[in-house]
Order: sequence, then structure tokens, then C-alpha cells
Amino acid sequence: MNPIVQNLLIVFGVLFGALTMAAGLIWIERRMLGLWQDRYGPNRVGPFGIFQVIADMIKIFFKEDWIPPFADRTIFTVAPAIVVATVLLGFAIVPVAPNVFVVDFNIGILFFLATSSIGVYSLVLGGWSSNNKYSLLGALRGTAQMISYEVFMGLSLMGVVMMTGSFSLHSIVEAQQGMWFVVPQIVGFVIFIIAALAETHRLPFDIPEAESELIAGYHSEYSGMKFGMFFVGEYLGITLISALTVTLFLGGWLGPSFLPPFAWFSLKTLVVILFIVLLRAALPRPRYDQLLSYGWKVLLPLSLLNILVTGAVILATG
Amino acid sequence: MEILFYIASIVAVVSTIMVITRLNAVHALLYLVVSLLAVALIFFIIGAPFIAVLEVIIYAGAIMVLFLFVVMMLNLGKIAVEQERRWLSPGIWIGPAILSLILLLELIFMFAHSSQAIQATMISPKEVGVTLFGPYLLGVELAAMLLLASIVGAYHLSKRKKKAKHRFMEETAE
Repeated sequence: MNPIVQNLLIVFGVLFGALTMAAGLIWIERRMLGLWQDRYGPNRVGPFGIFQVIADMIKIFFKEDWIPPFADRTIFTVAPAIVVATVLLGFAIVPVAPNVFVVDFNIGILFFLATSSIGVYSLVLGGWSSNNKYSLLGALRGTAQMISYEVFMGLSLMGVVMMTGSFSLHSIVEAQQGMWFVVPQIVGFVIFIIAALAETHRLPFDIPEAESELIAGYHSEYSGMKFGMFFVGEYLGITLISALTVTLFLGGWLGPSFLPPFAWFSLKTLVVILFIVLLRAALPRPRYDQLLSYGWKVLLPLSLLNILVTGAVILATG
Repeated sequence: MEILFYIASIVAVVSTIMVITRLNAVHALLYLVVSLLAVALIFFIIGAPFIAVLEVIIYAGAIMVLFLFVVMMLNLGKIAVEQERRWLSPGIWIGPAILSLILLLELIFMFAHSSQAIQATMISPKEVGVTLFGPYLLGVELAAMLLLASIVGAYHLSKRKKKAKHRFMEETAE
């Protein structure tokens, strides 16, 4: 096959897969939450209620797209697009199978950290441009939370990088042939999951939104498809961090050979996604200052210690 | 590759000009972010992907967000925009414009005499690390000490005495 055609196929395949997963997650999440909270969830539209996604999409497309007169129009419009664009950029470095990946940077992990740090702007600008005090409070909380947890997320991954000797995700998966990194890097794994949840401001860390205190936080003033973009961005974010957790700690596409590599990757990603949904069903939201002091006083020393111990072990064993 | 370099450079220059001329502080900061991203792209093109990514993570992703954080809390409204407009009157432009023009002419003069094309030599993250902890170790250590001191200082400045919650204890606890 022509290499350009093949590359385009992979790019659009990954894009299509990510977006489908994000849309499907709306249904999966509501059904699973229903299951865990002992109720039905959406079960009317189509078999098992699976067409609920389509009904939701049609609804959100036809909602009035209203920009409040007191908002900063340009920034208000740009903000929701930033989160979707940056998360989709992050998918570029995820290797789905040995030869199915968009690009294999030698700075892969750093590229993901860069896109996620640009993603903060969506929340900050959305909150600021709404010109609403609840939105602003949400944006302030979100900025502090995401900037802090970015640090631990980066540091927690350095153990993996040290064991592989490369930032490239492709070689990280290859290095897990013998043992998945979740075993030697269990501390890094736990810190990464916590920090990634805080970075996508997903429940239980959805403090920038915090419906019970701030209406809807930074997107209080958003409606219609602009609100939908924030929503899609959140679900894409969940998919991305699940895919990255699988790649970095759970062996990526590796697995017994009765299933193809792509199937292993998808299966593991789905399990991690379900785990994140379960967290939403199980845990209450911490208080805002508790979250920050927990980060700086517990996660930062732990992740530094993890780097130190990993480095010492690598040095000792050569 | 060369055409990408020129596009990125034009974006960087134009967005930097926009930073200076915007009256609204948040808009100016956003143009600064675009400018930093363009510079990161230039780094990437000339073969320094590590520095490019660090530029995005640290400058565009952390420092600028903190700037924005502060500007957001200042609640700059119409009055601040008016003030900026008065400060940006044409008379003030003359001095800086002449000085920058001299610098620009010098730059053009220097480039005109050295006819080197852009050379993209890939520098991997490992090489950057080896250089930092080899010949430049002293600089890294000094920067680390400075940062540690500033962290401790910032922590001390932001520390407040705990106020006692009880109304009778308030005076004694201060």
C-alpha cells in the first residue's frame, strides 16, 4: 500500500476511534453508574438504550447556542475548541499496535505533557471570558489544580522513562516484554492515575465544576454545542489517560497471542476506563484546599522518592 | 523545512507585535502564548525537539498560565484599557522605534555577511542531559540553589498565622 495512504488511514482511524469512544462513553458511563448505584440508567432508546448517544447528540446540536452579552466573544468561542484540539493532539503519540501509530517521537511523553499543559487554557479562558463570578471561581480553582498536578504527573512518569532509557512510547512498550511496569513502578502508577484524574478534572476531582457549590463552574455560561465541546473534551481526556496508562504501565499492545495486539490494547483501555467510571460512582469530592495540600505534601515527596529509589536500583543493578 | 521555518518566524514576529499593541491584558497574554508556541516550533525545526517541548511545557503551559491567573484576579476593566490607550500614544513610540531600528539594521548587516543556511542537526534528549550534567553542572547546581531559596522564601511570605476561631481567644492567639 502507498505509505501516504496508509498514514492517512491510521490518522483518521485513530481520530475516528477516539471520537467514537468519547461519544460511546456517554452511554457506557450512564449505564455503568446505573448498575453500580442499583438503578437502570438510560434503557429506552434502541437495544440496551445504546441509541441514547444519538438522541443526546441530536438534542445538543439543536439547543440554542447563546453567547451572553457581557462575555468576551472571541475568547468565549475559542475556549471550548482548545480542550478538544489539545487532547486530540495527545492521541498522536499513542501506539495502538506495533505498526499502528501516528508518530513515534523520541520525546513522546513530553509531548503529551505539553499538550495537557496547553489544555489548561481552555478552562482558564472559558471561566474568565464568561464574566461570571462562579465561572471565574471555577477557573481559578481549575488553574491551581491543573498546574499543581501537572508537576506530579510528569514526575511520576520519570521512573518509567528511567527504566526504559527513552521518552518514546514505542520503546516503552517494547521494554515491558518481560514485566509490565505496573509491578516495579507501582508508586508511579498510583500517582499517575491520581494526577491524571485531577488533570482531566474528572470526578472525584471535578472541583472546577463542583455543581453543588459553583452551579457548573467554569462552563456555567456555556450552552449548546460549545458546552458539548467541553463535554467531548472531558470524555476524550478520559480515553487518552486510559490509553496512556495502558501504554506506560500495563504493557500496551502486549499480551498472549490468541488475540491480535490491537484487541489487547482496546481491551485494557476499556478496563481502565471502567475503573475510572467506578471511581466516580464510589468516591466523594474532596475539599479544594485538601486536594492541593494533598498534592504538594504527599504526592510530590512520594514521586521524588520514587525517582530516587528507581535511580538507585538502576545504578546498583547496572 | 525552510518554508516551515519562515512561516513560524512570521507568526512569532506578528504575534509579538500584537502583544505590544493590545490594550486588553488577557488578549496580550494570549498573543504571547502564540508567540512562544511559534518559537517552540522553530526550535523543533532546527533540530532541538527537547527544548521545543520544554518551551511549551514550562513557558506556554505553566508560566503564562500563572500570569493569566494573576491578571484574572486583578479584574481589569474598561478603566485599565483606557489607561493603556493613553500610554500607547504615538509620541511614546518614537524613542523605542529608533532604537529597535538600529538593532534591526545591525542584525540584517550581520546576516548579510554570514551566508550560512539553516542547519538542522538533531539533538536527542540524552545529549541535552549529558551536557547539562557534564560541562554545565555548576550552572545547574547554582540554578537549583537559587530555586530552592526562592521556594522557601515564597513559602515563608505566604505563610499566615492561624487565627483562633473562638471569639474570646482572638486577641491572645495573634
